[in-house]
Amino acid sequence: MQVKVKLFAILRERAGQSELLQEIGNDSTIGELWQTLRKEHSGLAAVNIKLLYAVNSDYVGPDHVLRDGDEVVFVPPVSGGC
Amino acid sequence: MYELRDKALDLNELVQVVGDPGAGAVVTFIGTTRDNNEGRRVYSLEYEAYPGMAEQEMRKLGEEAAAKWQLSRIAVHHRIGSVPIGEASVMIAVASPHRDEGFKACRYIIDELKKRVPIWKKEIYEGGEVWIGTQTGDPLPKMPWVSGS
Repeated sequence: MQVKVKLFAILRERAGQSELLQEIGNDSTIGELWQTLRKEHSGLAAVNIKLLYAVNSDYVGPDHVLRDGDEVVFVPPVSGGC
Repeated sequence: MYELRDKALDLNELVQVVGDPGAGAVVTFIGTTRDNNEGRRVYSLEYEAYPGMAEQEMRKLGEEAAAKWQLSRIAVHHRIGSVPIGEASVMIAVASPHRDEGFKACRYIIDELKKRVPIWKKEIYEGGEVWIGTQTGDPLPKMPWVSGS
């Protein structure tokens, strides 16, 4: 199955792209997807910050199981406001 | 009422949006960009958001505030893109029957916005640039709003 990963801020810059499609095994968790991306994208391998996870615009925990067609966002530390 | 904007924010617009003849108070907050941070001279700031989720999370904050205090209407506008020094990056307006609730709600919304709304700030300073929050490996906040985390 396939998910769409959107990348923002420091992750977008490190990966050199804002969006990618990723093939993953059935019942993969979002935490497993992140480890896969780190192996396949050298720019992300060097990222050593803690991330929050979001699926289809809602925060989820690292054990959240993904479904075909999900929109996934790895959320680096947020810094909105002022 | 919960919006991202790519140009200058307008407080009058928020105040009009929350206008309510039954409200005895409108409390507003304006967050502005500073020309310095941790001893560095900051030249400019860039804000980036996850569209859709950012507005949704701002709306959730408004709903949480409305569940805690008696409020009439709430508006939150956050600017994205390049924001010149000294201009507003965020504006909040809360109308409420009484002022105490409005002050508390305004404070709650800006404090929580900084913790969990997916918006990121990059500082461009003398000699470099940095995405705020990523430079020191600061631990992320606990996520009581995520089930199972």
